[in-house]
Amino acid sequence: MSKVLMKGNEAVAKAAINAGCRLYFAYPITPQSELIEYMAKMMPTVGGTFLQAESEVSAINMVYGAAGAGKRVMTTSSSPGISLKAEGMSYIAGAELPCVIINVQRGGPGLGDIQPAQGDYFQATKGGGHGDYHLIVLAPSSVQEFADMASEAFDLADKYRNPVMILADGMLGQMMEPVEFKPAVTEEEMEAMGHQHESWCIHPNQDGDLKHHHEINSLEIDPVVLEKHVNQLYEKYARIEANETRHELHNINDDNEMVVVAFGTASRIVRSAVDELNTEGRNIGLFRPITVWPYPYEELAKCIGPKVKQVYVFELNTGQMVEDVKLAVNGKVPVHFWGRVGGMVFTPEQIKEKLQACF
Amino acid sequence: MKKEIICAGFGGQGVLTIGRFIAQAGMREGKHVSWLPSYGPEMRGGTANVSAVVSDQPIASPIVSTPDILVALNQPSIDKFGPQIRPGGVLVYDTGMCPKGCDRTDIQIISAPLTELAQEIGSMRVLNMIAIGMVIGRTNVIKYESMEEDLTSYLKDRDPDLLEKNLIAIKKGMELGKA
Repeated sequence: MSKVLMKGNEAVAKAAINAGCRLYFAYPITPQSELIEYMAKMMPTVGGTFLQAESEVSAINMVYGAAGAGKRVMTTSSSPGISLKAEGMSYIAGAELPCVIINVQRGGPGLGDIQPAQGDYFQATKGGGHGDYHLIVLAPSSVQEFADMASEAFDLADKYRNPVMILADGMLGQMMEPVEFKPAVTEEEMEAMGHQHESWCIHPNQDGDLKHHHEINSLEIDPVVLEKHVNQLYEKYARIEANETRHELHNINDDNEMVVVAFGTASRIVRSAVDELNTEGRNIGLFRPITVWPYPYEELAKCIGPKVKQVYVFELNTGQMVEDVKLAVNGKVPVHFWGRVGGMVFTPEQIKEKLQACF
Repeated sequence: MKKEIICAGFGGQGVLTIGRFIAQAGMREGKHVSWLPSYGPEMRGGTANVSAVVSDQPIASPIVSTPDILVALNQPSIDKFGPQIRPGGVLVYDTGMCPKGCDRTDIQIISAPLTELAQEIGSMRVLNMIAIGMVIGRTNVIKYESMEEDLTSYLKDRDPDLLEKNLIAIKKGMELGKA
């Protein structure tokens, strides 16, 4: 397979179709409109359904229904639209259904602006909707990784019967980079995937067999039963935390004098600054969480080597992931933070300046 | 080798396309490339710009703050990005749209009346290709052959006449770039 130059928004849409997504419901919003445009154009060509809902609330509830039928289904939006989907995400997590949600983040709060930001970290990783639940959250930093995460997200969603969010940002959505696609799943593979879900989903074979019909529901009026259900969810989340953390190390070694942490596209800007300082004689390591829930706490803690004097966190927000970094570092060394907000993106020069001031 | 490029002009002039062709050609040559557009309301009649990076190594930041090459299709683009060009870098601009030009003496400046040249070749659509040719003529960021392959694959069957004009435009630009 050869590489093609594509926008992140289009690449992840194509990759989702390749992964067997045949149902897509969304409402347009910048900076992810190319994604919905791509789906509008391509879904009919693969026998899938594209539906532009009348609102984000409607789109996420269509996802709820389709996921209940055991199909690979996706919705996408940008920050304000994700807030509207929050109620539905809680229902889907409560009902334990697999689906994929993409957030191409923009500046907030409120309507904010349409430039890249990472202000939805808390919303994605700590809640968003009501109740005790978690999404699995993947944070891509390149167009290739964004595309690769489409199939990974669907696989994780199926494996744990849990909604998975890909937390991207406007820069990644709008940027073009070379991307190579995995082969599309075959009809047979899709059918096999469907059969895997028959033990719990609503499907035609259960007609007339009301004793064995499946219920898709997030309402459990009896507190004894609900407590059991929530505890079971938390056992599942513990399994996800134990098995599914992902991260990337860049120049992490025993002689690091500092460790820098950043996620998503921001990590690439930070990497430019770190590389420059390292060629000038510094020894700075870069830790990039790829899953931001579950957060790779232990893996980060292992990177705080004997000579590390401080940790620096850079985000396109006022300091959200830094709280997870502090949990991982656990008071061992000081943790600094600097960020830019409102859709303003820091430059490698600015990061370099901040880092130089530490020495 | 890593070359960082900014292409800027009015929305609608095709500056994003210039960046895209450079990135596409770089990819064809097996390089790492990125293309990051400005997007949003500022593009309507205002300025549009794109950062493109072509590199032998994986690209960390796709954001370009000190370009090796600036292609400017209007004066505000020179005023905004001209001061950021790396010393020794290259400025390519359209004299018709940039009456004041650029007063820096520590960069290589190549300019031409692109509108008139495009009219001479017979299509305003090839204006961008003259600018790309100027970049190819002066720098080693991409090869002419990659552009030719790329354009041929798009246009050979659809519009062979436009393909020929595009190739003439690139060659004209290369002459100007080498001078």
